[in-house]
Amino acid sequence: MSSEKLGFDFSTPKTLLIKLSGDWHISTGLLGTGEVTSQLDSHPDVAQINFSISPDLKWDCGLISFLLQLIKACEQKKIQVTRDGLPPEAQKLLALALKVHEKTDLPPKERKSFFDEIGEKAFQTGESFGSAFNFLGDITVSLGRLILGKIFFRWDDFMFLVKRCGVDTLLLVSMISLLVGMILAFVASIQLKMFGAQIYIADIVGIAMVRVLSAVMTGIIVSGRIGASFAAELGMMETNEEVDALKTLGVSPVEFLVLPRVLALVLMMPILTIYADLMAILGGFLISIWMFHLNGLEYLNHTQQAVKLSYVWIGLVHSFVFGVIIAIAGCLRGIECKRNAAGVGNATTSAVVTAITGIVIATAIITFICQVLGV
Amino acid sequence: MDATIQPVIEVKDLEIGYDDFTVMKDLHFNVNKGDIFIVMGVSGCGKSTLLKSMIGLKAPSRGKVLFYGKSFWDQDEQGQKNIMRRFGVLYQSGALWSSLTVGENVALPLQLYTKLSSQQIQEIVALKLSLVGLRGHEDYFPSGMSGGMCKRVSLARAIALDPEIIFFDEPSAGLDPINARKLDDLILELRDGLGATIVVVTHELASIFAIGNNSVFLDETSKTMIATGDPKVLLANSKDPRVMQFLTRGRSDDEQKRQ
Repeated sequence: MSSEKLGFDFSTPKTLLIKLSGDWHISTGLLGTGEVTSQLDSHPDVAQINFSISPDLKWDCGLISFLLQLIKACEQKKIQVTRDGLPPEAQKLLALALKVHEKTDLPPKERKSFFDEIGEKAFQTGESFGSAFNFLGDITVSLGRLILGKIFFRWDDFMFLVKRCGVDTLLLVSMISLLVGMILAFVASIQLKMFGAQIYIADIVGIAMVRVLSAVMTGIIVSGRIGASFAAELGMMETNEEVDALKTLGVSPVEFLVLPRVLALVLMMPILTIYADLMAILGGFLISIWMFHLNGLEYLNHTQQAVKLSYVWIGLVHSFVFGVIIAIAGCLRGIECKRNAAGVGNATTSAVVTAITGIVIATAIITFICQVLGV
Repeated sequence: MDATIQPVIEVKDLEIGYDDFTVMKDLHFNVNKGDIFIVMGVSGCGKSTLLKSMIGLKAPSRGKVLFYGKSFWDQDEQGQKNIMRRFGVLYQSGALWSSLTVGENVALPLQLYTKLSSQQIQEIVALKLSLVGLRGHEDYFPSGMSGGMCKRVSLARAIALDPEIIFFDEPSAGLDPINARKLDDLILELRDGLGATIVVVTHELASIFAIGNNSVFLDETSKTMIATGDPKVLLANSKDPRVMQFLTRGRSDDEQKRQ
């Protein structure tokens, strides 16, 4: 194979004439310099290499790569390489490739050890908690400034965001909470049927949904739909330097971008939750009537007796807290977004994960507090 | 003109647009082997849309783009891929894959379309990077590099498979004059070294006159091409005020006023 491409001629003293021929395209594979170096080893008196090309020589960068290696190998052996016999284009490319490059002072890429990375992750987690609280502080300050009427607040944007948070999620919330109400009724009935106490389905569905589940389900839907879109939107704005443009205009991005989003979501989450409560009770109601032939009026009466007004307030507190968590997670991850293609994707994922984790932790804390307070 | 030499790219009666909106129509021009062909015109006139039709990203509303006599948009998917493999594209913003290192960016086309071992691919990658003046930068990430360096890495990726045609979309956009000049020199050197045909979309006058030997001028108002030929000849001979205004940075108006 290789001998078809390379020919060696030692007829001139102290000079090796390499004849290049055949197809040198990279598609045919690359040739190493082994053959030439072994020739040079057996003729240690060679001090110069010349080239000649045959008319059937076809080449691309495969040949250039070979020649570069050869030139480097010959430099070490102090053999002179004359490039005059090569095709003129190849000479140009070789000159280009061998040009001395200006030094660039980019910092060298460092490789981190496993333990370094763990340590860094740990510090990052701490920092991300810190930045979340800083962010919360910023939002509180700008809320104060809003109340004092000191900031430029675009109510049009706010109303649009309210529509996006509320109306656009309504259908999804209806479907999910109706189904969750039905599922809960179903699961409860399996146990209650044994005692003939199916009517208590109303109590279980009503209390469970109104106290926590509606808020949690709505929170999960909203963090997937709205929180993620906040993160993607702000991440894109950060990447496009739109956030920087606001800063140089003297507008705080927290006041202009984050505050309207947090307020819109905090306003809409309780409303969506109340709506979800109703849909869930409707779900339980439908199952009880169709599957267990309970009296509809009796079911509603039971629900009314079981669900105290304080439970509704507890549900609303949940939804308020979730609204804050989702909006902050979405906006914070968006603002922190890294300026590359993967950045926006990571910001979106991380916003949803943060929001859902936050929702679960907050639920646990609120439930505990309610337990202590005895409500 | 030698009639026996087949043009590398022939654009015949091309019409491009979005839905019902026509961007450009009645485009006819040939790009010959070894040309540095300039597509010029004011911003927003449809230069980039024309480029998209030529590199196979956007089907034209009417007409043909022929590569070596084969109509690109009449080929099946495999045929289109075969044509696409013969050209490289340097996108306006570099379009480097940000999750890959510089070396991996240049290596990917080689891994996809050659049977070389990874050792050999590394050699070719090192060669391509040294051709664009970035020897030893394999392990950096694009995000850590300057705009000029990203463009050159992108060029190294575009020439990874030794293409016969190289398309450049606004190569000097976002570069300072010195780096823009260096890139122009590199384009000329690579054309001579690789024997490639080059199509450049640009409105940078310095580049147009420095490297171009053939061109087409797109006009926004009449929605078609109004001049074609060597930009230097156009500057010397064109009678069209729109072309002259563009090539002299609007100076012809001032001169007329002064006279």
